[in-house]
Amino acid sequence: MASHYEAPIRRPLVTGEKSYHDVTLDVVAPVEGKANKLWWIVFSIALAAFSWGIGCMIYTVSTGIGTWGLNKTVGWAWDITNFVWWVGIGHAGTLISAVLLLFRQKWRMAINRSAEAMTIFSVIQAGLFPIIHMGRPWLAYWVLPIPNQFGSLWVNFNSPLLWDVFAISTYLSVSLVFWWTGLLPDFAMIRDRAVRPFQKKIYSLLSFGWSGRAKDWQRFEEVSLVLAGLATPLVLSVHTIVSFDFATSVIPGWHTTIFPPYFVAGAIFSGFAMVNTLLIIMRKVCNLEDYITVQHIELMNIVIMITGSIVGVAYITELFIAWYSGVEYEQYAFLNRATGPYAWAYWAMMSCNVFSPQFMWFKRLRTSIMFSFFISIVVNIGMWFERFVIIVTSLHRDYLPSSWTMFSPTFVDIGIFIGTIGFFFVLFLLYARTFPVIAQAEVKTILKSSGQRYKNIREAGGSLMGTGSDERTTPKSKPAKTPKTKKE
Amino acid sequence: MSSNKKYWKSVEELNPSHSSAVETLKQKEFTQEIPVDEFLGDKETLESSSTTRRDFLKYVGFSTAAASLAACEGPVIKSIPYVVQPEQIIPGVANYYATAIANGYDFASVLIKTREGRPIKVESNSLAKSNGGINARVQASVLDLYDNQRVVGPQKDGQAISWGELTAEVAQKLESLKGTDKSIVLLTQTFASPSTSKLIADFKQKYTNVSHVVYDAISESAAADAYQNKYGSRGLANYDFSKAHTIVSIGADFLGDWQGGGFDAAYAQGRIPKNGKMSRHIQFEANMSLSGANADKRVAIKPSQQKVALAKLYGKLVGTAVGGNLPAHLETAVNNAASELLKAGSNAVVLSGIQDVDAQNIVLAINEKLNSKAFDPSNPIQTRQGNDKAVAQLVSDMNAGTVGAVIMAGVNPAYTLPNAAAFVKGLKQTELSVAFSMKNDETASVSQYVAATSHYLESWGDLETKKGHYGLMQPTIRPLFDTKQFQDVLLELVGTSGSYHDFVKSFWKSNVLKGSPWNDSLHDGVYVSSTSATVETADAFDGSAISSIGAAVNALAATATSGMELTLYPKTGMGDGQQANNPWLQEFPDPLTRTTWDNYLTVSEFDAKELGFFLETSTFFSENSHDANGGLNGKYANVSVNGVTVKVPVIIQPGQARGTVGMSFGYGRTQGLKTEMQTGVNAYPLYNDFNTVQTATVELTEGKHEFACVQLHNTLMGRGDIIKETTLEIFNTESAADWNPMTMVSLNHEETPVDSPDVDLWDEFDRSIGHHFNLSIDLNSCTGCGACVIACHAENNVPVVGKEEIRRSRDMHWLRIDRYYSSDETFEGDNTTKDDIQGLGSSLSTFGEMEFPSENPQVAFQPIMCQHCNHAPCETVCPVAASSHGRQGQNHMAYNRCVGTRYCANNCPYKVRRFNWFLYNENDEFDYHMNNDLGRMVINPDVTVRSRGVMEKCSMCIQMTQKTILDAKRDGREVNPDEFKTACSSACDSGAIAFGDINNKKSAITELKDDERAYHLLDHVGTKPNVVYQVKVRNTNEA
Repeated sequence: MASHYEAPIRRPLVTGEKSYHDVTLDVVAPVEGKANKLWWIVFSIALAAFSWGIGCMIYTVSTGIGTWGLNKTVGWAWDITNFVWWVGIGHAGTLISAVLLLFRQKWRMAINRSAEAMTIFSVIQAGLFPIIHMGRPWLAYWVLPIPNQFGSLWVNFNSPLLWDVFAISTYLSVSLVFWWTGLLPDFAMIRDRAVRPFQKKIYSLLSFGWSGRAKDWQRFEEVSLVLAGLATPLVLSVHTIVSFDFATSVIPGWHTTIFPPYFVAGAIFSGFAMVNTLLIIMRKVCNLEDYITVQHIELMNIVIMITGSIVGVAYITELFIAWYSGVEYEQYAFLNRATGPYAWAYWAMMSCNVFSPQFMWFKRLRTSIMFSFFISIVVNIGMWFERFVIIVTSLHRDYLPSSWTMFSPTFVDIGIFIGTIGFFFVLFLLYARTFPVIAQAEVKTILKSSGQRYKNIREAGGSLMGTGSDERTTPKSKPAKTPKTKKE
Repeated sequence: MSSNKKYWKSVEELNPSHSSAVETLKQKEFTQEIPVDEFLGDKETLESSSTTRRDFLKYVGFSTAAASLAACEGPVIKSIPYVVQPEQIIPGVANYYATAIANGYDFASVLIKTREGRPIKVESNSLAKSNGGINARVQASVLDLYDNQRVVGPQKDGQAISWGELTAEVAQKLESLKGTDKSIVLLTQTFASPSTSKLIADFKQKYTNVSHVVYDAISESAAADAYQNKYGSRGLANYDFSKAHTIVSIGADFLGDWQGGGFDAAYAQGRIPKNGKMSRHIQFEANMSLSGANADKRVAIKPSQQKVALAKLYGKLVGTAVGGNLPAHLETAVNNAASELLKAGSNAVVLSGIQDVDAQNIVLAINEKLNSKAFDPSNPIQTRQGNDKAVAQLVSDMNAGTVGAVIMAGVNPAYTLPNAAAFVKGLKQTELSVAFSMKNDETASVSQYVAATSHYLESWGDLETKKGHYGLMQPTIRPLFDTKQFQDVLLELVGTSGSYHDFVKSFWKSNVLKGSPWNDSLHDGVYVSSTSATVETADAFDGSAISSIGAAVNALAATATSGMELTLYPKTGMGDGQQANNPWLQEFPDPLTRTTWDNYLTVSEFDAKELGFFLETSTFFSENSHDANGGLNGKYANVSVNGVTVKVPVIIQPGQARGTVGMSFGYGRTQGLKTEMQTGVNAYPLYNDFNTVQTATVELTEGKHEFACVQLHNTLMGRGDIIKETTLEIFNTESAADWNPMTMVSLNHEETPVDSPDVDLWDEFDRSIGHHFNLSIDLNSCTGCGACVIACHAENNVPVVGKEEIRRSRDMHWLRIDRYYSSDETFEGDNTTKDDIQGLGSSLSTFGEMEFPSENPQVAFQPIMCQHCNHAPCETVCPVAASSHGRQGQNHMAYNRCVGTRYCANNCPYKVRRFNWFLYNENDEFDYHMNNDLGRMVINPDVTVRSRGVMEKCSMCIQMTQKTILDAKRDGREVNPDEFKTACSSACDSGAIAFGDINNKKSAITELKDDERAYHLLDHVGTKPNVVYQVKVRNTNEA
């Protein structure tokens, strides 16, 4: 008999009636426990793929870019496709942690840690490509404005590639700092629980001497806000600048003013899809179903649906503008995309990116975990094709028909791509075993454990006498049995 | 006188009664006690010593590292300085020598650029009145000098011998043949050399029963027979196309190698519209040739019908009725041609490439009848003197055993003869066979003696290409190997003392120069006289078999069409095949098919579909005509002529007459060349009776061939702004704004000219100071011959990348000549088709159709190199500013700064930038001339050899323009107008490529830049190129 009516406005973000201690135990379990067989299998596969990629990279650097499938007309293909794809994936983390923090979306707390980890790991993959795609990667430092004794040589600030260098490096460093700041109290938690001296030492180092004082928490909150403020424009700027690589060029199909918003939407689209892919697996493997709930998946699916639709509108706008411009080269570029020799790639892109997210209008589908996982993979494939379509189909038939040709990848192109996927998963799997994969300190702030518990006892008609004591310290006085009132 | 002085250090030492202190000191190396204990010492001192274990490890580490670093040896480059510097050679300064090439196929007076004693480039000799123009093969001939497959010394049965032994043994053998009934045969190329003919005459005198057989691998015997029959001496009528207003060619590829070639410069002169006039060119042909591609009207016609057409043309011109059957459209074409010829009168000229004495007779008669100004029978061309009958006779004589000795020079009959097997068999039956050859080629490898001969750049010689037009050949380098030229050996055999150099000199002084100084001629390389000095050495001519004109016309008119007709032709890049080991030429894209490293059977699309050669377009699901990477594929055909069958890949050639196929000579070499160069299929076995036209059976056979083609898309897709063209009529009657309109772009919804500063994103700097270079390319006079492509290769050390890489679209050519076919009958039609597209459905289907060329398309050539845009898209995107603009208008490429992002190449609208995908020099994967010391001698020291991973492209030959500027500066003068040159502009005989400084108002380029025909390629992009094209004008006026 409730004394007052309480409106069920929001579903709880953490289910399973977790106490603070439960949260700690759940988060720390993978770190303190031993890896199971499955982890080792997946890790071995990822490591093998990574090694294969390393081999292909060494082959490329030692022999020449000629080991790839590029030619005089198509000077970029898989390299920059992969670069943009990985940068795009790297967008979700910062969006989730920074933008959603500013908008006070508390549901981000369960996923932001892993999303940010994904961001950092994928930006590392992305950063590889601009270096190894160079003909002389050992001179890659020449793209940095370092004072030098080569004479009056300086970088060319007109070049979008240079802007990329700044955009990516800024993004990586801000994301890293933001991520690490959030990790500090969680690392401290692991440190405090650690019994082995080595582990304790490592986590002490990682937690930067976090003491848990009120002052620490106050600074923590302030820094988080400041960094969120800094990171938010980066979410928009990074992919805007990546899109400038194409938008500022003179090639039909690249030279398009719509690119910045279109690329940003696409990046969020693919980033959220990748978060879905990773977390749907992770919640299962790490027993985090109570933290990463179907509600989270549904919300992300809605973002995917919206950004997918934005991307779709952008595709159609491009076609419209090509027709409306009256420029024959522009018109042919888009006609060729949709009907030329690479039409299969275009239609793969269209169906993966524009049609498949539309299923998310249906609640049954967007709350289906299997379907969400499937769509998240489809979207990632589609977004890879988007970049491939933009880069290769624009280049392979540009102005002078005499130079028109085709591109096909070699095993090295494919190997390097697979290698970066391997590298990504190596990093992510190591992260999952050693880092607190959920921002437990933050999640604890949204628990309503005590209040909910008393309410449950009361609703069950039990006595509240003696229920305030900690179960762990008073083993005998078990409180009245709490009925399970799990809502989902 | 030795000194007895004694030196002393102290009084004690001086004193003879040695004090013990002095003695002790003398015994000791060190005056003071060395504190050995301190550093070896006991434990206590050791522990207190400052050298710790860590220090020790540091020292060990450092000394190990230092020792191992010192052990690493840097590459040793041997450079030997001059002890006594030669007077003429200044390091860094090029010397030029006038000489001449006469390899039996190409004859030209050339200028050789040498650097530090190495010939590195062939240039045309502007003093030459004839044969001064040089084609791609001559441009590339300098690389043959540095061929590491050359024979380095005389050989007997494959074993090295000395020259003394060789000449002694050969002389002895020849001596022993004297007086026997076995003959001695000199089987040689056409030398066109007066002194050699004198020498051979001497040889004939010394050894009796000598016969001299002149053999051209690709014969012009029919034309020579006709000429000899009519005018008495052996030669070919000369033509000057600059004087021809109407040119009708029936099967003569006179812009190619017809009758020795070299007619394109004069032809091009007439093609530039002046005072409202330009020449009109009608071409009747079966294969698509360079001439057909340049013609105003091209009629695809079978070779058998060409004969009928020629007979009918003759009939029309003389006004008699001639029988014979021609399809109606051909009949009309012939009638139209005849009426145009009649209208032009003496300004007209008719040519034929039909290998038939009757046909050639008729051509001579027609030109005489027309009183053609372009026709010059009085100064016959001497460069094709081969006699088919004599060669055929020789083969049968050899097999009959009546030939005792065969001495061959400049020929490779074991490869080039259709009955090569019979020749080789016959050669084995001779008592002596000597092959003067630069390679262990097919013939040399079956001869007893291989006389390693010198390259023309190592030889003396002379030539008379046309009657009275002389050239001198002088060595530009001492022979690289133990080689001798044919004439020197001949002199020894004749027993004349002195070298061939002396012989030429004395021969010229007495027979040619008649008083004018030898040194002047040697300097100029050419000499023109009114008389000929050539001695006829070939055997007497029997013209009795040649029929009269009337009979000839009837014979031709009665020609029947039978089966598939095969026309054999020499390919622009390969000629007769003697330069097959030249990587530049192997990688030279054919002007028409744009295919490299191959020959093939050209088949019309119609026949290809009939015979099953046609490959459908590739899709995602199937790879047919193109592989996934774009490379072109073809099926194989078995071509049989007279029981000889060859398997050859098929390429579909737009413009090929139905019922005909074409195949080029010069490929399928097997001996004396690298494996990489053993490309294509030998067509000579099909060359029966030295007739380029054969009746063949062609059938499909299994297999798929991978071509290496540098251009995979053949049509212009209606993009008329890329190659702007108009007709002579419009050109004459309408204003330039109609046929060459200024490109307009939108500024605030108002049409604004693209060159207006208002639509410019950038602030212009003052370009009127100093030099500002522009290059003009006249699409009217460019014949597409490709000499500029090889000249650019040679000048700029452009690497050769091989067939596999070309197939991957990775050619490195800095200068390419794009070739487009019209999809409609004309390019104008394509533009209309594109403009008429209505709606999406129509554009989908129409653009698809426009990808395929028409059956007999118009052809357009467009040389493209870096356009050196004033607002270059490549410059803004380079992150390290490796691509930057120069004050003289060039778009520079700083190789050392390039990190290889390839962004510049992607952003280049002209796709002229070339990336070094691999290391192309000193890399065994690319075993061409840059992979051996000998081949690298051709490298131009003024141009960097690029390394892997950097972008490269046309520099507008900045090394040449800087040289010109520095020369003027040294001389304290201004640069003369038109003194600036690039490799391509100086290689272009037809004057299509012109280069100069637009800030010098006296230079020709300023006029060309502002010519009403001038336009910039893709100017709507706003790139402001420094290369300007001249609108192509077609003379479509049917008379």
